[in-house]
Amino acid sequence: MGSSAADEDLPQVLLIKNPPAFAVLGEEHFTSPKFRYLKAFESSLPLHDFLAAHGGSVRAILASLSVVDASVLDLLPEVRVIATTSAGLNLLDLPECRRRGIKIANAGDVYSTDVADYAVGLLIDVLRKISASNRYVKQGFWASKGDYYPLGSKLRGKRIGIVGLGRIGYQVAKRLEAFGCSIAYNSRKAKPGVSYPFYQTVQELAAKSDALVLCCGLTQQTRHLVNKEVLAALGKEGVIVNVARGGVIDEKEMVRCLMEGEIAGAGLDVFENEPEVPKELMELDNVVMSPHCAVRTRESLMEVGRLAVRNLEAFFSNEPLLSEFEDD
Amino acid sequence: MWFPKLLPVTERSLLRPFLHHTTNPLLHSSTTSLRQSNLLPRRVSTAAVSPMESISVLMTCPPVHPYLVEALEKRFTLHKLDSVPDKPQFLSSHRDSIRAVVGNAAAGADAELIDQLPKLEIVSSYSVGLDKIDLAKCKEKGIRVTNTPDVLTDDVADLALGLMLAVLRRLCESDRYVRSGLWKKGDYKLTTKFSGKTVGIIGLGRIGMAIAQRAEAFSCPISYFSRSQKPGINYKYHPSVVDLAANCDILVVACALTPETRHIINREVIDALGPKGVLINIGRGPHVDEAELVSALVEGRLGGAGLDVFQDEPNVPEELFKLENVVLLPHVGSGTVETRQAMADLVVGNLEAHFLNKPLLTPVV
Repeated sequence: MGSSAADEDLPQVLLIKNPPAFAVLGEEHFTSPKFRYLKAFESSLPLHDFLAAHGGSVRAILASLSVVDASVLDLLPEVRVIATTSAGLNLLDLPECRRRGIKIANAGDVYSTDVADYAVGLLIDVLRKISASNRYVKQGFWASKGDYYPLGSKLRGKRIGIVGLGRIGYQVAKRLEAFGCSIAYNSRKAKPGVSYPFYQTVQELAAKSDALVLCCGLTQQTRHLVNKEVLAALGKEGVIVNVARGGVIDEKEMVRCLMEGEIAGAGLDVFENEPEVPKELMELDNVVMSPHCAVRTRESLMEVGRLAVRNLEAFFSNEPLLSEFEDD
Repeated sequence: MWFPKLLPVTERSLLRPFLHHTTNPLLHSSTTSLRQSNLLPRRVSTAAVSPMESISVLMTCPPVHPYLVEALEKRFTLHKLDSVPDKPQFLSSHRDSIRAVVGNAAAGADAELIDQLPKLEIVSSYSVGLDKIDLAKCKEKGIRVTNTPDVLTDDVADLALGLMLAVLRRLCESDRYVRSGLWKKGDYKLTTKFSGKTVGIIGLGRIGMAIAQRAEAFSCPISYFSRSQKPGINYKYHPSVVDLAANCDILVVACALTPETRHIINREVIDALGPKGVLINIGRGPHVDEAELVSALVEGRLGGAGLDVFQDEPNVPEELFKLENVVLLPHVGSGTVETRQAMADLVVGNLEAHFLNKPLLTPVV
């Protein structure tokens, strides 16, 4: 698009990497008359050099998959808002942002629904062996080898332990209740007005659950939250579903438990070292894996990009952000 | 309705409250357990028990369910038609001894078989579907028929939702993407949101209602087609399947298979559902004109399909194997340990009830 004198007066929004929404759906859906984009990724300069040259008057960042830490923020002294299109905030140095008075506009509720849907889908897949038996049929085995075994396991009556009862966890709970599951949870603290039983530790929750569904953020406190003790408490019939972050689980320990039959199965959308996936899991029929795509629907991608734009427009109009992240 | 020689009225009324509950554990046990729980009079003498072991029961379906086979072999003289080399010869030499048939979704009791078994008194099906049983012939001859309703409703509804999620969110394909190492080359493509999609249900019986209740938790608007509009139901009724298909995103077949519902999913319905629509079949293969379905999927005229049943199981059209918008399952709708056991208990419980002259647990005819 051609630039005009008016354009050059527009405030700039820094794009460190090209957001997936722009790349996949087309940038034309995400333009605004209130600002213009400064695209670091289009420059051949390394990021810090680019920012040193061009970052002086930038007041806003649209962050997607990029690390925004002190070294980046040092080169952007005027930044007061970061709008992110990611579901998770673990690439942003939140304490640094707070220290500098930088507001964060997150993805709000846009992703929660898709992630909750995906978590439920993974759980049903693991319990009813959908991917495994689809594989069986598509290899021609139903006709040549006979009916598929082993049988699956019923959902009604299963005790679901939700780790992190935020927006995603809550939507997972509402969905699974309709299948006749009972819900309990662990969160940083008990949620007022929620009638599900609360457990102080994940280990206690695991001991009382048939399936754990991880819906929490990845922080220093939640790294390897699901460890050897938790997996042992979950037990041989237990199943784990992870739509949070790979780092929430001690992956090596989980793989060992799956290989040795110490837990019954897993549905995993995230891994510690993506896109690397432990090769032992590839041989297992009781594991369902996906390439970190719980949020990735056309509908959500469009919505989250548009929400970021609206947040930035609100900022430049001195209006409150639509989806400000408040760390509680 | 024809009743066998009956208990006195008081004992019949003792059993009545327990005949229609889905979760009542009493339904999942044989009449032996009912007896042990003091709800039936104790047997007067063991002479009443031993004749059951000599009763000949013919299993017309392949004997793939060990729990069921064992339970039957323990109580009756079980013959497995599947392992008989000369079936006509077997049937003619056993025509006077076979008093019961156990079937399933694959094989039951058609008119020809019923004619060959003049001593047949009861057909107990290890399924809720009755399409493999000639019900009219059974009625005509006073043969009782039982099935396994309620105990499998949850599992089938759960699987329907699982198929919807698997197709729209490409669960199986994403798993395949990871296993094949493709993730190292780049992200998997975008999929389609499930929540909020309109779900159209054909047949709002037990299973159809259970599907509706689950889909509602995902904020899916529900619409349906049924032989007649159901009073007191808030879902949108459509007077024809084509109309329903034209107005929903996901069409689910959840009705019984009868001569009227054969090929209820035909070319016209598939066209109405369209290139963004998804078909889920947890009913019976013959509900769908399979050749039309295959060509619509191969040609991209239908958006996707999740299928648990087929025209000629276990044979599945191979053209579907490579399609990433299609999920194919080997008829596992009721395939959980818990439910198959509950179904087997009902089959055995119904047979025992019949031969002990007690009211049947889940009679159809």
